[in-house]
Amino acid sequence: MSAEITGSDELGELYRELILDHAKNPRHFGKLDDATHVAEGVNPLCGDKLKLYFSVDHASRIADARFEGSGCAISVASASLLTDTVIGLDTERALKYFATMVERLARANSHRQGSPDLLDEIDLGKLRALEGVKEFPSRVKCATLAWHALNSALQGKPQPVSTE
Amino acid sequence: MTTSSTDRLSDRPPHADAVENCREDFPALAQNISGHPLVYLDSAASAHQPECVIDAVAAYQRHSHANVHRGVHTLSHRATEAYEGSRDAIAGFINANSRTEVVLTSGTTGAINLVAQSYCRPRLQTGDAILITHLEHHSNIVPWQLVCRQTGAELLVAPIDESGEVNTEELIGLLDRNVLMLAIAHVSNALGTILPVADLIGAAHERGIPVLVDGAQAVPHLPVDVQALDCDFFAFSGHKMFGPTGTGVLYGRESLLEEMPPYQGGGDMILEVRMDGSTWNDLPYKFEAGTPNISGVVGLGAAVTYLQAIGMERVARHEHELLGYLTERLAAVEGIRLIGTARNKASVQSFLLDEIHPHDLGTILDHQGIAIRTGHHCAMPVMDFFGVPGTARASLALYNNRDDVDRLVAGLQKAREIFA
Repeated sequence: MSAEITGSDELGELYRELILDHAKNPRHFGKLDDATHVAEGVNPLCGDKLKLYFSVDHASRIADARFEGSGCAISVASASLLTDTVIGLDTERALKYFATMVERLARANSHRQGSPDLLDEIDLGKLRALEGVKEFPSRVKCATLAWHALNSALQGKPQPVSTE
Repeated sequence: MTTSSTDRLSDRPPHADAVENCREDFPALAQNISGHPLVYLDSAASAHQPECVIDAVAAYQRHSHANVHRGVHTLSHRATEAYEGSRDAIAGFINANSRTEVVLTSGTTGAINLVAQSYCRPRLQTGDAILITHLEHHSNIVPWQLVCRQTGAELLVAPIDESGEVNTEELIGLLDRNVLMLAIAHVSNALGTILPVADLIGAAHERGIPVLVDGAQAVPHLPVDVQALDCDFFAFSGHKMFGPTGTGVLYGRESLLEEMPPYQGGGDMILEVRMDGSTWNDLPYKFEAGTPNISGVVGLGAAVTYLQAIGMERVARHEHELLGYLTERLAAVEGIRLIGTARNKASVQSFLLDEIHPHDLGTILDHQGIAIRTGHHCAMPVMDFFGVPGTARASLALYNNRDDVDRLVAGLQKAREIFA
């Protein structure tokens, strides 16, 4: 990691218009009464608290997704983009998005080797807007919180997840 | 660097004789962050160290290190002199009646846990209570929750109002409910409120109730005289008063400390150890089990000497004036909500800006070289009271100036532009 980041381009990359739009006007916000899979993501030090709801049909397809809670612009935008993305996907594919997002966003923070197969397979599309966090190591956990909650929900893990 | 005796360490002249030009004594402040000169407004979380503290620690490590209170060799003697010299400096700084009343701890948290477990736990029974206030730091809440759970006692909480002031009438009313200890902040870390501690101590003492004061946010900013306050316990941390982390102080009234059993067992705190039982060392060593943070305490002693040379009255005056300026400038920012508007405050201003989450503010300010704290400030009940998940907090220390405040305000304008 470089000792100093200069200029303000990184800030513009972090707070892209798409991110600010989803933070201010989150999509699929609210509770899903007929949810089959639910998980909470809580970063207690930050105070970010998200609850994600998914309704998965008999064909293992995510028929609907919603989230509620509060957090910073990055965590809310990430949850909003997540719900937008996974509705209509089968759960296996949604979990591949999870793995890809975590790999992409956390790479700046770790020396782990990426999995080229995985990265090639998934086209992140507008989720790339979240990649601005790579220059802000302390904010990666904000962007990945909802994705870990997705993973927990679909794997049926009852404990709230945290990325702190 | 040729310092080779502890005498020279403790006699080291401070680099500043007035608060106005002390900033240059703090090497960490003279750096750029994200291409901008650092504006450090997070001293309430941890303060920076002046060069004399850094040098004292380094000189100790280079020339004087050995274990304390043991051994007849020269280095052990030097280490002991340096360590105990810091205790003397601290005793003088807070005007303790005796050096035996100054217990060196790992920090405020360690000091409060010591009192909860050693003073309160043997005394508390079901039906007894500990009284705190709603604005306490977690370290002045959780140790009491633990001891209440252990003993069946109740934790009572005196309420605060919208400005962040403690309702003293209600607090005094609660004292009559079998309270065994009143534990209160001197200065709130999240709101900056200065509590009327002397009055509250007087009211508690009229009822025979001892008082612990969490002074972590007071000692770096205000003159503190434990005898004038007449408190029974006073806890504070080294790293918030320009000393190293892992150091802290529990001042305790000697008569109370004498009555208390040791908190932790180990080396240094014993007089004699036999397999069928042991006897305890004298005060304050009874409460200092194990090899202490010697180098840290040496640094803390240097920090005390530094603050004394400047003068805490001067520090308080400078910060009071600067906090007034900070509050006035922040209040003029469109979309700002100030959290913590007590009449009597020190060092701290919490705030929210528009709908911008504090963490986003923190990132945007950091990108302009400005360090503030964001989040719940280890005071989640305060956040709940104000109905917010967290705040942005600017906190001042003696090295801050009006330029820092101006940079903060400009930084907030930039955040508003991004989120417009």
